[in-house]
Amino acid sequence: MEFLLASAVGMLTAAGVYLLLRRRTFPVIVGISLLSYAVNVFLFATGRLALNAPPVLNKYADVPYTDPLPQALVLTAIVISFGMTAVVVMIALSAYLSSQNDRIDMSENTGDDV
Amino acid sequence: MSLFLIAALPFLGAVFPALLIRAGRNASSASAGATTFLALLGLLVNAPAVFRGEVVTARFDWLPGLGLNANFYLDGLGFLFAGMILGIGLLIILYARFYLSREDPMGQFYTYLLLFQGAMVGIVLSDNILLLLIFWELTSLSSFLLIGYWKHLPAGRQGARMALAVTGSGGLAMIAGMLILGNIVGSYDLTVILQNKELIQASPYYMPALILILIGAFTKSAQFPFHFWLPHAMAAPTPVSAYLHSATMVKAGLFLMARMWPVLAGTDAWFYIVATTGLITMLLGAVIALFKDDLKALLAFSTVSHLGLITMLLGFGTKFAAVVAVFHIINHATFKAALFMSAGIVDHETHTRDIKRLGGLRHLMPVTFIIATVASLSMAGIPPLNGFLSKEMMLDAAVHTTWLNSPYLVPGVVLIAALFSAAYSFRYIAHVFLGPVRDDYPAKPHDPGVGMWLAPAFLVTLVVLIGLFSSAIVGPLVAVASGAVIGGEKLPYYSLKIWHGFNAALYMSIVATIGAVILLAMHGRFERVWNALPRPEAKVIFDAVIGCLTATSRKITEGLHNRSMARYSAIFVVFVVSLAGYGYYTGTDSVPTRIGIEAGVMPIIGWICLMGATICLVVFHHNRFVSLVLVGVVGLIISIGFNYLSAPDLALTQISVEVVTIILLLLALNFMPKETPWETTNERRFRDVIIAGISGLGVGGLIYALMMRDFAFPTISEFHLANSYKGGGGTNVVNVILVDFRGFDTFGEIIVLGIAALVIYALTEAVLGTRVRAYLLNRKPDMPQSGDAHPLMMVVVTRVMMPIALMVAAYIFFRGHNLPGGGFIAGLIAAIAFIMQYMASGFSWAAERQKVFYHGIIGSGVLIAAITGMGAWLNGKPFLTSDFGYIHWPPLEEFEWATAMGFDLGVFLAVVGAVMLALESLSRFAWQPGIASEHAMDINPARDDEDTEEKKEV
Repeated sequence: MEFLLASAVGMLTAAGVYLLLRRRTFPVIVGISLLSYAVNVFLFATGRLALNAPPVLNKYADVPYTDPLPQALVLTAIVISFGMTAVVVMIALSAYLSSQNDRIDMSENTGDDV
Repeated sequence: MSLFLIAALPFLGAVFPALLIRAGRNASSASAGATTFLALLGLLVNAPAVFRGEVVTARFDWLPGLGLNANFYLDGLGFLFAGMILGIGLLIILYARFYLSREDPMGQFYTYLLLFQGAMVGIVLSDNILLLLIFWELTSLSSFLLIGYWKHLPAGRQGARMALAVTGSGGLAMIAGMLILGNIVGSYDLTVILQNKELIQASPYYMPALILILIGAFTKSAQFPFHFWLPHAMAAPTPVSAYLHSATMVKAGLFLMARMWPVLAGTDAWFYIVATTGLITMLLGAVIALFKDDLKALLAFSTVSHLGLITMLLGFGTKFAAVVAVFHIINHATFKAALFMSAGIVDHETHTRDIKRLGGLRHLMPVTFIIATVASLSMAGIPPLNGFLSKEMMLDAAVHTTWLNSPYLVPGVVLIAALFSAAYSFRYIAHVFLGPVRDDYPAKPHDPGVGMWLAPAFLVTLVVLIGLFSSAIVGPLVAVASGAVIGGEKLPYYSLKIWHGFNAALYMSIVATIGAVILLAMHGRFERVWNALPRPEAKVIFDAVIGCLTATSRKITEGLHNRSMARYSAIFVVFVVSLAGYGYYTGTDSVPTRIGIEAGVMPIIGWICLMGATICLVVFHHNRFVSLVLVGVVGLIISIGFNYLSAPDLALTQISVEVVTIILLLLALNFMPKETPWETTNERRFRDVIIAGISGLGVGGLIYALMMRDFAFPTISEFHLANSYKGGGGTNVVNVILVDFRGFDTFGEIIVLGIAALVIYALTEAVLGTRVRAYLLNRKPDMPQSGDAHPLMMVVVTRVMMPIALMVAAYIFFRGHNLPGGGFIAGLIAAIAFIMQYMASGFSWAAERQKVFYHGIIGSGVLIAAITGMGAWLNGKPFLTSDFGYIHWPPLEEFEWATAMGFDLGVFLAVVGAVMLALESLSRFAWQPGIASEHAMDINPARDDEDTEEKKEV
């Protein structure tokens, strides 16, 4: 299970970074979204994995609970990353509509590369 | 009056001049004056205590863990300086009222002036060196604003920049020095530091601390080789020069040296660095001043020279010299401020400051003539004025000083400097006021109104009175201030009087005065020689150094940044990965301590879906619709994964955020190209794959290693689990953490979310205000549009769904405290319910039915959360402490109430408002005339028939 999750986080990070390095706004935004997934899952996993142990107290039985703290932090992180994505989308859209161009670099010369 | 209030008054008062300028220039200046007067009064109330030798303190622990306390104390030295700052400040405010012209923004001027004044008062009253440093930097910043007050003058802007660069970087050095000092002593409180002389001077860090602190003091007080900024700062309006460059800012460095005198002085290093620097500065300033034709430049260099004199006295390290330094600080402030003001009057009335174009003004401006003459003679050291007294004492101190076994060097240099000093003072009188009346002044000179000469006249009256009755007027002040400088030890023998008998100092004075007259008589000849000599021009050197630094930094920046964001991101990622790699290879590894969970079939299927979707996403990212769908798949699997791994709250949040995000991206995509063109080379793609692959491996490996090991330290989660029900009254620990344990975080987060939504709104407004609007109005869809914009099925279903969705939201909200759910999730679900209506029936239809603005919803959410938090104050508990209890109404089961519920309601509203405002802003782009369907939910067949009949008729 740990391996599955770790490899998924790695895959999401790799895909996110790759898209982040593209030169148009839309793939970059998608890349940022993937990176947010990776980061959120990463943070969540720092509380270690547990099955059938939600951190909801059981009044009637003594059962194990998983670590609630990373969950609380990640919950707000998910909502905030929505806010961030929305702002970035808006900036990208405004830039595209203003310049009729969705490139993310500012150079006049379209052919130049790193 | 409390010292807090004295230090805070100028800052508080700084608001008024800027506001009251609308009520006129008098109101503005009066408010500045009243503030200063109040602060001065507050200071004087403390005078009896200070003169009794007490130290007035005001303490407030701000961040005691960091040693950062807002502690103030007032002793003799602080009293002297604070009195000078506020007293002369008051005179300057009066003077500036009449000096500034109608075109100058006076409100700004007084605001800057008061800010500066507050910073200065803060420096001299601070007991904590960290606090002192803050005020120190504030003086640099506010003086930058004041020197550059005439923004339209390039000289003003350059002078301001130069002053900021020099004093600001000196301030940085001083921060380092002060931190070292605080470290040696183990306290940042001045009162503690000042009692640890032996400890400090024995420390191996004494030298670095001394040098760094002295760099700070020397830059501020314009000591050689940092003296060059002061003449360039003369581009400021004269009231600023009179205030900053005679009595206050340049004295801050002296103040600091005097303040630190008890612990830093007395060593050879102190003597040779400080006294020598002072000596050089004194001579250099005096010589240059004689050959300056600009009145203010002459005064600026004379200030440099006198600052050098005081520095030298402090550098001698003897108690007598320290007393003389204090006395001369008072005298210099009185005559130099008066001189600057008189120079300002001359400039104001004749429209020139060039000495070569002046002369003979004594008949035309008799009042100014008297003021300037008395002040100049005092500066030259002519009895019975106050300048003479302190100069005699200075000469006396110099005569008894041996520099590297040479008893003649210091007195010799001081004599030459005194000679030049007298010469430029005489020149100020002779070349401006004496001589024949000319007929080619740029303007017709006459004495100004009383408002302008009152302040300098008051100061020269002091000059005369202090000269005649020194021990009566300033005797006690000199005594308490010097007592503070020498660290409360017994004062040495000195007497403030004119006649000390025939001694070496008197002979030196006579020689200097006679020599000065001769020098001035031959001024023309010397000037030709002076002008023929090559001299380093400080501004050119400074500009070259700054230009060099700018060029270097630009080169580095442009080398790293070619305005391509992809490149910045690549550099950033590579840097972080290498940093992590370095950490990995230099760190130590431990063995895994945990046994992993066996993965079932379902997780493996989910994993395959996730990996497949992510890979497809990268491969097919050029098709933007496909990539959006795949993002949705990824988000969905992650939600399921959260649920599987015991995080039901996260699963609910993730899935509802997913819905909103996809709708948002779809909306945006509507206006953007649907394809990403292939435009990168294969090499570049290969490079990016490598970078991405390594980052992915690193992150994956890190989290795997982390998950296979136990916690290195006991976690704080146990506390949350144990106290969630007892302390927070809820069984859903995640929700209790959000609304209770870490409620402050959540409070901040909903504010951030609200701000993000407002930013989006503002951005939309801004963009729609440009030509983009015209483009959008005439935009032709780039894809085939659906024949039916509002399909009947969808409209009906969403309408039916709305109450159900809202009910689910309410359910999720209420159960949130005990079961998975809560304000965040409920807010998202409610937002989705509303968005469905927008999607089904169109923006215009929904907007018409929208009764409350989303801004208001965000605001009310934040307010409700804040008020709930503040409710805890009524119970005498800190912000956001929650309370709860149980209610039992007979037919119902016993249920619980908690104040956290109110907080969660705030979260709910803020989330609803933010999500809706963001999406609504975006959908406003789509508005075009005629897009609104008249019958968005038309299920009236009759109308269809009418339409067809109409068409038939046509």
